[in-house]
Amino acid sequence: MGVALVLALLVAPEDADQGISQRIFYIHVPIALTAYFCFGLGAWKALMLLWRGDSRYDLESYVAVHQGTIFGALTLITGSIWAKASWGVWWTWSSNQLVLFLVLFLFYCAYFMLRFSIEPGPRRERSSAVYALFGVVLIPVSFLAIRLAEDFIHPTVFTREGPQMTGTMFATFCVSWAAVTLLAYVLYRVELLGKRLDVDLRELREALQ
Amino acid sequence: MSGGQYVAAVYGVVFVFVLAYVAIIAAKLARLQRDTRELVELARAGRPEPRTAEPVTAETTRGA
Repeated sequence: MGVALVLALLVAPEDADQGISQRIFYIHVPIALTAYFCFGLGAWKALMLLWRGDSRYDLESYVAVHQGTIFGALTLITGSIWAKASWGVWWTWSSNQLVLFLVLFLFYCAYFMLRFSIEPGPRRERSSAVYALFGVVLIPVSFLAIRLAEDFIHPTVFTREGPQMTGTMFATFCVSWAAVTLLAYVLYRVELLGKRLDVDLRELREALQ
Repeated sequence: MSGGQYVAAVYGVVFVFVLAYVAIIAAKLARLQRDTRELVELARAGRPEPRTAEPVTAETTRGA
């Protein structure tokens, strides 16, 4: 993460068009991609739960969706600051990319409302899994929205001709992406470990009392 | 605000988020540690005390 910060803030050349505010790109885009990945992982674990019926996938799916929501909130906040720096507004409803990402984020926020409104057990596990699976449909729509709608407000960096940036910029982006993904993975493992330990301790308490 | 301040704001927000997350996880781990200690005490209270080992004397160690 330290290397990524040094590269993003000190080494990467300044963008001729956007100036220094372009450096937000190196943290905003990796966070957004990690949010998509976490939601996708949550859906995959949900599918595994429905397929194999193993309860451990429920907790894994929940933690992945939780991580995705945190990274989703960060995407919206960092994106909003970047929008203010580049476009002069905190938010614009005319950009499909932004609106669809907000829809995706709110959809997964509702996941927690659904989950905690049902008593723990197989019914809650299945309902949460089905909901997480439905949400995954929004990911490619949100990701491809800018290309499908030919939106000119939100910039497109990765096109069919490759990344529209210099080699140093692209290397910085790749390092930042790897760092954010690694951070998300570590946080995922730590949270999952804590939750599993919590469940085990609850069972142990019930056995002892 | 200048462009540099916006960049600082973005990286600052990410740092604060990660810090808050780590603090929450640390608080949770501390709670789990307390729970574990409580359960250990509960398990000890429910079991009979183990017999204390006989004191080691010169006679018992001489043959070794």
